[in-house]
Amino acid sequence: MKRLFSKSFWQERDVEMFIGQQLRWGVITSSIIAFIGGIIYLINHGTATPSYTQFTGAPEYVRHLPGILQGVLRWDGRAIIQLGVVVLLATPITRIAFSVLAFAMEKDRLYVVITLIVLSVITFSIFSGLGG
Amino acid sequence: MSILVFTLILLAGAFIAGMLGSLTGLGGGVVIIPLLTLIFHVDIRYAVGASLVASIANSSGAAAAYIKEGITNVRIGMFLEIATTTGAIVGAILAVYTPTHLVAILFGFVLLFSAAMTLRKKNEHGSNDSNSKLASIMRLNSSYPVNGQEVPYKVNGVAGGYALMTVAGVVSGLLGIGSGALKVLAMDGVMRIPFKVSTTTSNFMIGVTAAASAVIYLQRGYIDPGIAMPVVLGVLAGAFGGSKLLMKLNTRKLRILFCVVISALALEMIYNGFTGKL
Repeated sequence: MKRLFSKSFWQERDVEMFIGQQLRWGVITSSIIAFIGGIIYLINHGTATPSYTQFTGAPEYVRHLPGILQGVLRWDGRAIIQLGVVVLLATPITRIAFSVLAFAMEKDRLYVVITLIVLSVITFSIFSGLGG
Repeated sequence: MSILVFTLILLAGAFIAGMLGSLTGLGGGVVIIPLLTLIFHVDIRYAVGASLVASIANSSGAAAAYIKEGITNVRIGMFLEIATTTGAIVGAILAVYTPTHLVAILFGFVLLFSAAMTLRKKNEHGSNDSNSKLASIMRLNSSYPVNGQEVPYKVNGVAGGYALMTVAGVVSGLLGIGSGALKVLAMDGVMRIPFKVSTTTSNFMIGVTAAASAVIYLQRGYIDPGIAMPVVLGVLAGAFGGSKLLMKLNTRKLRILFCVVISALALEMIYNGFTGKL
């Protein structure tokens, strides 16, 4: 962690390697969580019949983070899978946040602003309520 | 068919999708949607959600490898992501008002276009003369390594590229795919960026673009855990296997075969869209 705050770390383009690592870890973590959730889901629901021909939407509680977290505490398989999905969605978004820092350390003001615009577009998307 | 069987078959299908997606650079999503809708008769809205998640998995997994090689132009990617993310949100809004059979038809046409794009002649070296003021103000010109040497390139048509990227974003948000083909067309065709740089930068952008609309689709219930789980795991394993296989196989022949398969799927999606079956 100490390396993370040293100036040379950010200047030596190591930062791009770090971002690459972060992407990889995000994907690995999310698939491990989804796998565990999948096993629990199959044990509890494996014999039921899938019904995806008509669109009713995913269960209400897996559509937002509080519901997902409550489900995870109950060891609900669907909620655990969805937590994996949330980690996956968060992976590229975290990457943008790291890029803001990286450009700031390079004193590249123009790209700090551009990256912040991208970050705020995504933040808008999360909290816009467009998903209803 | 029980959920267990459904999951296992979908896992195998997603594995093949991820493998083909990484071999052609189109991403897993383009195969996931026809697989779910045509074979499993899953409602296309669930398929769109699953495909978005697959695109993010594919893009993040591969981007990690490419950044290491220093080919990706992070500035171009970031600048154009303003266009693709705003476009993706517009696409997700449009999706509410677009009847599902129209989504199927549009998807079919984008698929045909993507298949054609993978076979076209590539702009290997990019251009070295550009008097684009915007490109120098935005500091988009850069260089990339070719056989250990840094080759410089200059960027053209910034405004046109930005506009086409917005369209790519709308398509991605509406249909749930990475629209890598459109992104490459904008960078390679309009902005005259070397092919290697445009493919890796496009891949870098796909994850961010898909995440912008996926957060909306998650809240809408398009992303169902029962479908997302086998799709994510299968596509990731397939993409990993695909990149290993890539080194051993004759990819040119494989690419042509894949394009034929994709075109057939595209025509079936369009046909089913017109007859109202999807």
